[in-house]
Amino acid sequence: MTEALLLSRLQFGFVISFHILFPAFTVGLASWLVFLEALWLRRREEHVRDLYFFWMKIFSVSFGVGVVTGIVMSFQFGTNWAGFSSAAGNVVGPLLNYEVLTAFFMEATFLGVMLFGWQRVGHGTHFFATCMVALGTLISTFWIISANSWMQTPAGYELRNGIFYPVDWWKIIFNPSFPYRLAHMVLAAFLTTAFVIGGISAFYLYRGKFPEKAKLCLRCALIFVSLVAPLQIIAGDMSGLEVGRYQPAKLAALEAHWDTSSNVPFNVFAIPDQDAQRNDYAWQIPHLGSLILTHSWSGSVKGLRDFPRDQQPPVMIPFFAFRIMVAIGVLMLLISWYGLWKLKRGTAFTSRWYLRTWMAMTPSGFIALVLGWWVAEVGRQPWVVYGVLRTADAVSPNITSGSVLGSLITYIVTYLLLFGFATWYLIKMLRTGPIPAPPRARTLSTAARPLSLGDEEMGERP
Amino acid sequence: MSEILPVIWYFIIGFAVMMYVLLDGFVLGIGILTPFADHDDQRDLMMNTAAPIWDGNETWLVMGGAGLLAAFPKAYAIVLSALYLPILCMLIALIFRGVAFEFRFKAQRSRWVWGIAFAAGSLIAAFMQGLILGALVEGMPLTGGKYVHAQAFAWFSPFSMLTGIAVVFGYALLGATWLILKTEGRVQRIAFDLTRPLMLAVIAFMLLVSAWLPFVNSHLMARWFTWPNFWYLSPVPMLTVINAAALWLAVIRNREIAPFVLSLCFFLLGFIGLVIGIWPNIVPPSLTIWQAASAPSSQLFVMVGAFIMIPAVLSYTAYSYSVFRGKIAADAGYH
Repeated sequence: MTEALLLSRLQFGFVISFHILFPAFTVGLASWLVFLEALWLRRREEHVRDLYFFWMKIFSVSFGVGVVTGIVMSFQFGTNWAGFSSAAGNVVGPLLNYEVLTAFFMEATFLGVMLFGWQRVGHGTHFFATCMVALGTLISTFWIISANSWMQTPAGYELRNGIFYPVDWWKIIFNPSFPYRLAHMVLAAFLTTAFVIGGISAFYLYRGKFPEKAKLCLRCALIFVSLVAPLQIIAGDMSGLEVGRYQPAKLAALEAHWDTSSNVPFNVFAIPDQDAQRNDYAWQIPHLGSLILTHSWSGSVKGLRDFPRDQQPPVMIPFFAFRIMVAIGVLMLLISWYGLWKLKRGTAFTSRWYLRTWMAMTPSGFIALVLGWWVAEVGRQPWVVYGVLRTADAVSPNITSGSVLGSLITYIVTYLLLFGFATWYLIKMLRTGPIPAPPRARTLSTAARPLSLGDEEMGERP
Repeated sequence: MSEILPVIWYFIIGFAVMMYVLLDGFVLGIGILTPFADHDDQRDLMMNTAAPIWDGNETWLVMGGAGLLAAFPKAYAIVLSALYLPILCMLIALIFRGVAFEFRFKAQRSRWVWGIAFAAGSLIAAFMQGLILGALVEGMPLTGGKYVHAQAFAWFSPFSMLTGIAVVFGYALLGATWLILKTEGRVQRIAFDLTRPLMLAVIAFMLLVSAWLPFVNSHLMARWFTWPNFWYLSPVPMLTVINAAALWLAVIRNREIAPFVLSLCFFLLGFIGLVIGIWPNIVPPSLTIWQAASAPSSQLFVMVGAFIMIPAVLSYTAYSYSVFRGKIAADAGYH
């Protein structure tokens, strides 16, 4: 029983961490495609259209992996978390169902028109399809973050016989942590995509390939990040204040703060020891903790020792994940603002080390995003619905540890295969790059493979 | 209100599952039939008939799952955890089937891998869906409102194996008649040739399952084979017989549209027959839709959304099918 619980937690952590990489990337990429197609419709410059098709191919592979791993998610709650489904289905079920009704169908259907309809519909309609895909990704984010935020800060419900009953849907959807976390997640998705776009463009510039197209992309990414990175830091800060208000144990865990006190220092580094309820090798900056967490010089922060041991989240993962996430965020800000200055001086696209920095930052968004989710989810433990339903009571009562071990291994093998192949095909696409797309044919099926992007242009098939 | 809401939701979820079975059924059917193509270009063509629309089709499965969680959380929890391994196999198979659409056209040396992934993924997903259906109809007895079978293989039975195989042949029939509709030349010929034996097999399986069903589910036996129910329900089997005859005629006359439409009707009738037999249970043998229902507020809240969004979904799905209507030319490229 406890083994099935542990294995189920490992499995959920694995499949969700893997899954989130792809939707996060495609949320940003869909909006980028809207931007590129709008730019093309306005200027009708061929290199913009080439870029649109290039990023569309990358989008379609990423979206495909996102879809198939997402279907797994929609069944996990039933297969492994039957206790959660029975107890919280009244509340979480409707939110997920709205996600399907308002977002999934729209994305999936218009995706077909977007990927395959270039010769079959007019420019305006095609642009509309791209917009609908992008809108779908954002609506989807809205509902899933709402459901997850309700698990973090449950509201608008009453509990009867261990079952959650909805009382006020407005309060459920717009629960206390939702607005901040939605902003934080959407900005995170956009930043993740911006660093991929910027990093790949920097790679092309570094190699002297596609200079015109790469400059356009890197310029967009750089300016975008310089505007959004500070917004993200503000959103993260507001989210942190909200955690302090509603989930004090999580806040204490991500700071490895043991004793309730004022004048809280900030642990730049420490080795938290949960057994001894203290930190070793702590390197602290005085007052900075209070300043960040309470926005006052000597504000008081509740410590972990105030919570019974069986209500403390594990400290190690949130503590380090939070620190790395923040460091990446600050790095994003510095790199983009420094880039603005270089852009003004005209050296942003020629400086070898600066281009290399962008190349190195390509996966930075993904890392920060997954670590941020670990802070949120591990920090919520031992609860699945914060303060009300324990994770231990949420697991399916009738599954065997053998079944879960089997499924966990199966998912790991399958996802590693998927990841390997997807990465390999993406690298192949990057090697080919945004080569000119052939002129658009208006005829339906007479033109010989006019836009068979995956095949001929990449020189893969005879 | 709390009496009628679960009934409405039974129909909404039934509709979603039906849509999934019909729409993804033919796509999975294409996958099952790809090994019968002469060479790779034909396989590309077969896949391209569904490439722009498969994703939307599969979304009905997610709608069924999320609808079940929202409207009948108890049933969702019991069924999915009891059928842990078949569901796992179905999901893994759907993963390989789904990414094959993307990866196969990006691959060069590894093309064959995704050809196999597409065929095997489709075959296994279809079999598992049939197995899940069979296990569900056979029933999951509850003690004290909970399913306490801690057996990982409780779903394994001759009957669930039979329904698994039956669904494979059923989907293959849908796939073959879809290919008749969407292709021409050699691929269409292959599809015509496959349709005849498939049709006979599906009729045989339908008879076999119908004959066996009353013995595995006594509730269903009582529903169908008591007077006057049998008389009132007799249009369903009669229509099925007429449908089978019409399908046979359409195929031997080389019709292009009618076989697909009649195959869809075949599934529809079979589905209706099952639902009538199970009603008002959602998890046979004893969990009714009223016992499994979520809070009325939950059902009402999503019902409003479903009544607004499902017509919208159907209309843009129809639009998407009309954009990609007509025969798929042999050179109609990917993307």
